[in-house]
Amino acid sequence: MSDILTMTALELGRKISAGEMTSVEATTEYLQSIKDSDDKYNCYVTVDEEGAMQAAKEADDGIRAGRLKSPLAGVPVAIKDNMCTENLLTTCSSRILYNFVPTYESTAVGKLRESGAVILGKTNMDEFAMGSTTETSYFGPTRNPANPEHVPGGSSGGSAAAVAAGECGYALGSDTGGSIRQPASYCGVVGLKPTYGTVSRYGLIAYGSSLDQIGPLTRDVSDAAAVLTAIAGHDSKDSTSIDRDGQDFSACLKKDVKDIKVGIPRDYFGDGLDDEVAASVKAAADVLKDAGAQVEEFDLSLVNYAIPAYYTIAAAEASSNLERFDGIKYGYRTEEYAGLHNMYKKSRSEGFGAEVKRRIMLGSFVLSSGYYDAYYLKALKVKALIKKAFDEAFSKYDIILGPVAPTTAPRLGESLSDPIQMYLGDIYTISVNLAGLPGISVPCGSSRAGLPIGVQLLADCFCEDKLLRTAYTYEQSR
Amino acid sequence: MNNVISDETIEYVGILAKLELSDEEKEAAKSDMGRMLDYIDMLGELDTDGVEPMSHAFPVQNVFREDEVTGIDMRDKMLSNAPEEQDGMFVVPKTFD
Repeated sequence: MSDILTMTALELGRKISAGEMTSVEATTEYLQSIKDSDDKYNCYVTVDEEGAMQAAKEADDGIRAGRLKSPLAGVPVAIKDNMCTENLLTTCSSRILYNFVPTYESTAVGKLRESGAVILGKTNMDEFAMGSTTETSYFGPTRNPANPEHVPGGSSGGSAAAVAAGECGYALGSDTGGSIRQPASYCGVVGLKPTYGTVSRYGLIAYGSSLDQIGPLTRDVSDAAAVLTAIAGHDSKDSTSIDRDGQDFSACLKKDVKDIKVGIPRDYFGDGLDDEVAASVKAAADVLKDAGAQVEEFDLSLVNYAIPAYYTIAAAEASSNLERFDGIKYGYRTEEYAGLHNMYKKSRSEGFGAEVKRRIMLGSFVLSSGYYDAYYLKALKVKALIKKAFDEAFSKYDIILGPVAPTTAPRLGESLSDPIQMYLGDIYTISVNLAGLPGISVPCGSSRAGLPIGVQLLADCFCEDKLLRTAYTYEQSR
Repeated sequence: MNNVISDETIEYVGILAKLELSDEEKEAAKSDMGRMLDYIDMLGELDTDGVEPMSHAFPVQNVFREDEVTGIDMRDKMLSNAPEEQDGMFVVPKTFD
């Protein structure tokens, strides 16, 4: 692989800004890389060669004219296909949006464009972000660059694999229950889920609105901080977005954890956790300890209740959010139908895949009259208890450290047959979304079979500075 | 399975979800939903009396703003995504006689 394809986004950005290389050269190289390897990995649903070359020329002009000063100016990026891109096909990896060309730009993508980013294309994902393997995509599975017989994880599997395969400088993903952190772990890249509300969700096609958050997938922690700086901020088009404008998330990056107290939940190391993953993650904790952090084990509690609470809430929100896909204004419409309601039903039934239908059905049920209190409200109460358990933990610790997923990446075709088994794989990631916390997955080793392993660090809401500093210190010390 | 989902329930949920499932899909949905609900029943082990349901992780308040037109006319662009359009309008099946 050429140097350009393995460089971090910041290194590439520095070279472009310094005039040692042009964005056009870098973009040409990345487009060639996609041509060379994407038949094998299927990271992309859409590659926008023409748009990328045009953006690269504009970035070079902007940098030369002194207009573009972002450290990411001119660097080629891949966008998960659930973020609307103006005039560029946005499918959510679903048949129901197979031909949807948005008339507007999602805020996160718009912010990247303003900073001079070059958008290479749209990455594959589990359909509507529902899945943990990228196998539920209507456009076929993505393969893990570390071993193409294995899944890249999901739902942002295309984004994680594209970063790992040298098919983009960095990528955006979205995380509803682990969809950035888990594929990052499986593919051996860094994945950051910011505090809920840090990045505007405007133009992100909604799955579970109270849980969804956009974040970066990158080659290292410094890149993740730089991308977050570029995309964070309040947006009047998303009233849940928080005013963190002007915050430089890179400013906290120093190799120092002497003031950091790290808690390791004993409950994360129980049954079901693969031995190799456990050993790698514990070794990561030792690295932080050696670097001066105070590290101890504690009981987090309620860990097993996060999955049923999450799937109830996520399915409920999904069933409501996905009502808009009706075959009228955009997307797929069935060929033959008898009347309006039959057209709705047939378009949706033919347009959505099995996992999406499963969650819409469950969500409709838990919200239906007679079951709402017993299921949906109960789950919201358990969510409150989970949040309280984290509040207590963060009154004692700055950082919680644990695994990202119980195993390394499974083989293709092994996960979808038993949905509950698949959902159990989300045990370490989903409570973070319920509590709105920031979390990061950082590579910490690989299995004997050569599959990457990630360590997950969590911090309290709005404490990205501590989170990134700890992740950076680990990365620099290992 | 403790939660046995009847044919009537699946029919009813299909109406709510605006989905038309094949017989095979219905059987799968009955079994999937039953198993998921068995699993979700685990939440019943927790005492949540007096706990306020939490919809957002931190307190959010309603946000007011002036009701001002900021959009631009994108009619043709939006209609270009429509499965069927005519004279600047979406075409839908007949909704009443």
